[in-house]
Amino acid sequence: MSAATIGKDLLGLEHLSAEQISLILDTAEPFKEISLRPIKKVPTLRGATIVNLFFESSTRTRISFEFAEKRLSADTVNVASSGSSVSKGETLVDTARNLEAMKIDMVVIRHGASGAARFLADRIRSNVINAGDGTHEHPTQGLLDILTLRDRWGSLAGRRVCICGDVLHSRVARSNIWGLQKLGAEVAVCGPRSLLPSAIDELGVTVFGRIEEAIEWAEALNVLRLQLERMQAGYIPSLREYNRVFGVTRERLDRAPRDIIVMHPGPMNRGVEIDSDVADGPHSVILDQVTNGVAIRMAVLYLLAGGQPHLAEAAKG
Amino acid sequence: MSSSSTTVLNAQAVARTVRRMAEEVVELFDGTTDLILVGIQRRGVQLADRMAAVIESTEGVRVPRGALDITLYRDDLQTVGPRPVVGKTHLPWAIDGKRLVIVDDVLYTGRTIRAALDELADFGRPARIALAVLVDRGGRELPIHADVVGKRFEVPEGSRVDVLVSELDGEDAVMLVGGAKG
Repeated sequence: MSAATIGKDLLGLEHLSAEQISLILDTAEPFKEISLRPIKKVPTLRGATIVNLFFESSTRTRISFEFAEKRLSADTVNVASSGSSVSKGETLVDTARNLEAMKIDMVVIRHGASGAARFLADRIRSNVINAGDGTHEHPTQGLLDILTLRDRWGSLAGRRVCICGDVLHSRVARSNIWGLQKLGAEVAVCGPRSLLPSAIDELGVTVFGRIEEAIEWAEALNVLRLQLERMQAGYIPSLREYNRVFGVTRERLDRAPRDIIVMHPGPMNRGVEIDSDVADGPHSVILDQVTNGVAIRMAVLYLLAGGQPHLAEAAKG
Repeated sequence: MSSSSTTVLNAQAVARTVRRMAEEVVELFDGTTDLILVGIQRRGVQLADRMAAVIESTEGVRVPRGALDITLYRDDLQTVGPRPVVGKTHLPWAIDGKRLVIVDDVLYTGRTIRAALDELADFGRPARIALAVLVDRGGRELPIHADVVGKRFEVPEGSRVDVLVSELDGEDAVMLVGGAKG
């Protein structure tokens, strides 16, 4: 029996310890097997009600959470911002308090404002899981990326991971940087200067201005989605230009001095930040990331739900 | 609470008991056809391994083995905390129509076995499920009994039976850890 816990909410990886991150990763291991069973379901969260509150559109993350919840036998409700009271101007707190009045147990929230998950967690009693808040954090994505690397390497200590692309706007990048560093990996970022945060030095990462240098240095690349609106906003001259300078292509990977793993949190812009023959090729672990996402989310739900610390050390059957 | 600890079975006695349990299982099923030993995580898994080794030496048959972690099927998950560590479940074959023996270290309230039966039902429909335990300490809270029992001890509530296996604990033994009068 381990005495470690991850607390009431999962808001980000920045404030978790290495032990807490490892606890989530270790807990995810046995959950992988559940999705391979003839009946892909265990009764663990029977009776728990979980609300997936998505103020931004999402397919992969929402479905992944929903599978995780259902495979643990929880009852789930999806609330999307369009077509709900949210679009009528209700505040976040009012929405959540109304849901809580209907006796829910957990809220999974995605929101465009950085800090929205924390804001909510401070005001409601239910467990809150951050499924992406603005440009702040996307902890379950960071965890599933780290789990995918750990599956390949056994340990993250001393490994070199480069996060490529629009780091400035990326919550995935922040969760990865904090999580990977806590587990002892070296982290670098690579992208156009206009898409790197001005305070990037404070994150303790190496900065590469050229993708060739990143490929030469790294054992894994995590290639971020380039939001197409970044071009309109003037961060980059054109998508073709971006692909020519920063695209992860087969030719570039062929010149890597060692085996290199390529990850992408999805959805991909094929031919922009990543070429199709890389995404579908032998370096890619992109679909393993998706599979691991369900196991990570099951682990987080399991660790947060129920369990009242003051009743610790209950009898063993 | 003084927690005195007495050895009730030493390594030799454990080996002897496991040997007899393996023989009783073969006798109960009249052979080894369709037999699968399923150990409960954790120490039931090692006991199932030992029993399989005995059966292999006496019958010349390698009996398939599985491991079952029942944590996610516990009926007290909403009240215990912090969350118990979940171990691996591993049943590499279809169990439909097979004859299963659940192997566990200590039978007490029966709640672990209730959970194991529920979990196995999610994997298929065995022809029969039997239960083999190294120690039956009494104190049942559910209508569950073992088909093969290594040793029976009436152990008062508040005391604990610890089964040690060399793979995890460095030695084989059964210990009585007494809280109360003993």
